[in-house]
Amino acid sequence: MSEPTRTGYIREINGPIVTIVLPGVRNGEQVRIGELGLFGEVISLRGQEAIVQTYESTDGVRPGEPATGLGWPLSVELGPGLLGGIFDGVQRPLEKIALQCGDYINRGLNIAALDRARIWEFEPNPQLEPGQKIGPGTVLGTVQETQTILHRILVPPTLSGELEEIAPAGDYDLEKTIGRLRDAQGHSHRLKLFHRWPVRKPRPYLRRDDGIAPLITGQRVIDSFFPQLKGGKGAVPGPFGAGKTVVQQQVARWSNADIVIYVGCGERGNELVDVLETFPQLDDPYSGRKLMERTLLVANTSNMPVVAREASVYVGITMAEYYRDMGYDVVMLADSTSRWAEALREVSGRLGQMPVEEGYPAYLASRLAAVYERAGRVETHGAGSGSVTLIGAVSPPGGDFSEPVTSHTKDIIETFWALSKELADARHYPSIDWVTSFSGHVHTAAEWWHKEISRDWERRRTEALALLARDAELSRIVNLVGPEALSSAQRWELEGAALIKEGVLQQSALDEVDTFCSPRKQFALLDLVIFIFKRGATLIELGVPVQELQQLPLMARARRCKSMFNSEQVDQIEALREEVGRVFEKMRLEYAKPDEAATNA
Amino acid sequence: MSIKEYRTAAEARGGLLVMKRTPGVAFGDRVLIRDHAGTRRNGQVIRAADEETLILVFEGTDDLDLESTWVRFLDEPVEIALSPELLGRVFNGLGEPKDDRPPILSNIRRPVTGAAINPAARTYPREFIQTGISTIDGLNSLVRGQKLPIFSGSGLPHNRLAAQIVRQARLKDEDTSFSVVFAAMGVSYADAKFFRDEFASSGVLRNVVMFINLADDPPVERLTLPRTALTAAEYLAYDLDRHVLVVMTDMTYYAEALREVATAKGDVPARKGYPGYLYSDLAEIYERCGRIHQRHGSITMMPVVSMPSDDITHPIPDLTGYITEGQIVLSRELHNQGIYPPVHISPSLSRLMKDGIGKDDTREDHPRVAAQLYALYARALETRNLASIIGADELSERDKRFLRFADAFDQRFVGQGEAEDRSIEATLNLAWELMSSFPRDMLTRLSETDLAKYHQGSD
Repeated sequence: MSEPTRTGYIREINGPIVTIVLPGVRNGEQVRIGELGLFGEVISLRGQEAIVQTYESTDGVRPGEPATGLGWPLSVELGPGLLGGIFDGVQRPLEKIALQCGDYINRGLNIAALDRARIWEFEPNPQLEPGQKIGPGTVLGTVQETQTILHRILVPPTLSGELEEIAPAGDYDLEKTIGRLRDAQGHSHRLKLFHRWPVRKPRPYLRRDDGIAPLITGQRVIDSFFPQLKGGKGAVPGPFGAGKTVVQQQVARWSNADIVIYVGCGERGNELVDVLETFPQLDDPYSGRKLMERTLLVANTSNMPVVAREASVYVGITMAEYYRDMGYDVVMLADSTSRWAEALREVSGRLGQMPVEEGYPAYLASRLAAVYERAGRVETHGAGSGSVTLIGAVSPPGGDFSEPVTSHTKDIIETFWALSKELADARHYPSIDWVTSFSGHVHTAAEWWHKEISRDWERRRTEALALLARDAELSRIVNLVGPEALSSAQRWELEGAALIKEGVLQQSALDEVDTFCSPRKQFALLDLVIFIFKRGATLIELGVPVQELQQLPLMARARRCKSMFNSEQVDQIEALREEVGRVFEKMRLEYAKPDEAATNA
Repeated sequence: MSIKEYRTAAEARGGLLVMKRTPGVAFGDRVLIRDHAGTRRNGQVIRAADEETLILVFEGTDDLDLESTWVRFLDEPVEIALSPELLGRVFNGLGEPKDDRPPILSNIRRPVTGAAINPAARTYPREFIQTGISTIDGLNSLVRGQKLPIFSGSGLPHNRLAAQIVRQARLKDEDTSFSVVFAAMGVSYADAKFFRDEFASSGVLRNVVMFINLADDPPVERLTLPRTALTAAEYLAYDLDRHVLVVMTDMTYYAEALREVATAKGDVPARKGYPGYLYSDLAEIYERCGRIHQRHGSITMMPVVSMPSDDITHPIPDLTGYITEGQIVLSRELHNQGIYPPVHISPSLSRLMKDGIGKDDTREDHPRVAAQLYALYARALETRNLASIIGADELSERDKRFLRFADAFDQRFVGQGEAEDRSIEATLNLAWELMSSFPRDMLTRLSETDLAKYHQGSD
């Protein structure tokens, strides 16, 4: 990394693609382009020429201007001070950029991601002694990064050897030496509070483990019906207006992860501002601290340079892996992977590569798979178990799930939360469609639910899904011949399904109470509506008219339950269940009487 | 660098001019072209290399020859002069006067491409704008700094709706009106005249800047027009502290011009022949709207997008919907029933509504009223479908109630006069009047407090 920089010149500018002449430059190397010093990355070589994709607009750049190779690939800085920040697609701190150059982003800025002036209180690892063998991921010590997150300072993955010295507890800035390590060749290396890592290279770990615990998001349709695991990979596809962003933001807000990394990739600027303005005010339901303390944003909004959009996903996932290596459960949300794929398409188009499907290059599927594969639960080198859960939004053109990005993504992921335009149009939110969505983790999640919440979880879930399937079938009949053709029992099934939809599946992100639903409350609600349906069905058999049940005030209360009682008031929901039992029992006795009378006589 | 003139044209086709041996020309620079007749044309460098430079000619390449075409590279980006004098004027896509008045003289000149707003410098838009139109204010509220397009089709009254919004839009309890930037791309003379007359008759003309490229003007100029218009809007908003409403019509013609040039350049097509960068290109335009920290002014945007053959999945409305903060969708069915404005609420959406409405902004019941109306209307549309199959007489009493609600909703809530400016209270009261035809226990999206306070039914 200490090679002298080499300088060449620019030959051609075609939008973000610049051809330079720079002998000896490597594929993947970072370069600075032109008088402005725009950042770019070499993506292919041919003879003396190198093709560079630039992360910034090339307006005003001329052929003949200089191009300088920096000697290292696109890398990020990893150390304390990342959390709570907002970075652009190549990890430049946007808040600092705003202070330095105002409301718009200037070009050619060279601002380090991490604040060099900030002082951190370093606590060395008491188990370390000079002379000890240390290797990648060994915990050198800790820094309290935010109130909730203890930042473990790790030996960079490229170094191993003998610890020469470790600094005592005290205040250090990022450039200060906190230890020295002598490698097998006898070279001595300085260890600091941060290190750099190339973003396109997955960070190493000891071994991969299976996911065991569900990621609790506080969203009923996700946790109770299509669960995600910590360390899983999932996709949220949906046409515009179906609520992808709200689903992603809800997961960012309420999931029980330690760290949340939100990558706004080619999306709206105002959505990121929403997160920036609301998260510092919202409380984490698990730690009680402010949500922003565990959140990190990467922003490449749709009007920012397209090539940096391609980089932003790698920048995000590398930071996610870094916190995983400290033993944390990290959730990374990428909104939207379609924009990332479009950035690939744009670059490939400008290079004149042969397009395959809808203009996308042939390597789309393998690139997508490689990104998603960086998610997982692993045994880290020095900090126990950690995980990265990757949830990518997909924006299929025209809402068509057969398009290349959605279909390739579907092959790779394990959890698919398909958003439906029809549900969104009827303002059924979250508009996760129970027919096309799937989760490959139901059995693993069931073990957790059965142990922590109730033995009946999987049964209730299956009953609810069966009723919903029945509802779809009956609705088709109704649409052909009208509701009068249905028997009372069938009409009660429709009512039961409506109860599941309104009382359980629909959840308002805007309602203060309903926005987060604890697993206990989730189960209580599900149990309540299934109970109403099953008990009601026996009444219908006795001849109770459907209408009479529909008009019970209890039914409206069951539907409102979700926003009337918060996660701590599960007993109230259980009380309502008992009340339903009493009311129904009374009705049963009333309707059973004539029969009883008949048998008695 | 000194200003050089070249006569090395090698190719001219489809709005593109290839120049040989023109070293040191900057990417994106402005170019002046003089053709054989001495007529001046404008251009921009869109690919720069030692051996060959590709130029986009805004006036098109018709009637150019290769031998007597002179090209001068101006060593400056495409810029527009800015001053308060802009207001009340009419320009073309390059910022040249189109109203027989002298050009704007000013030492403030800015490149029309603009830079990306730093997300960290943005402020979340949350000030409710009352447009006086129930379907927008009540169900898809617009806030200051939002980009909310109108998705329409040929023959639908999107222009009348846009004009009505321009006339009526104001903040609740505030009297400041908007300055308007009007950008017309590829519209007919009649449409352009309609807006001009509208602005004149409502007395806002002094507050309007128009950028106009008519259907018979060169299409390449449509590519800079929205950027020029937005540079003017940014100046009005952030230098002069005005609240600016940008009306752009019609984005579909803009995208078609982009496709025309992309095809001539040989770009790889993605969907329906549109280039793969259509999304990024549209985003560069739409994302210039918003609110910025510590700046008093704001830019609110209302682009008109006509959906080719009323297809909302067509790439232009589709990609627009992914960038903008919602959409107002017009329906041919409602229009044919004589309902104005024919806003189809089901596919319509405002993403920024949630923070601009409620207790402190409009009224405490507003969010739940909107949710309840949507739910009732969705159910009512299902019932209407059913009735069209099995006949309305076969419906249950409960279903008939929904049918009556659907009709009343279309006629009274959606439909309103072109001069009718409903306050948000009037809109919400009307909503309650319609909802009160249902018993309380069917209105589960409303809170019990709302029902007690506003429900007008007997039970």
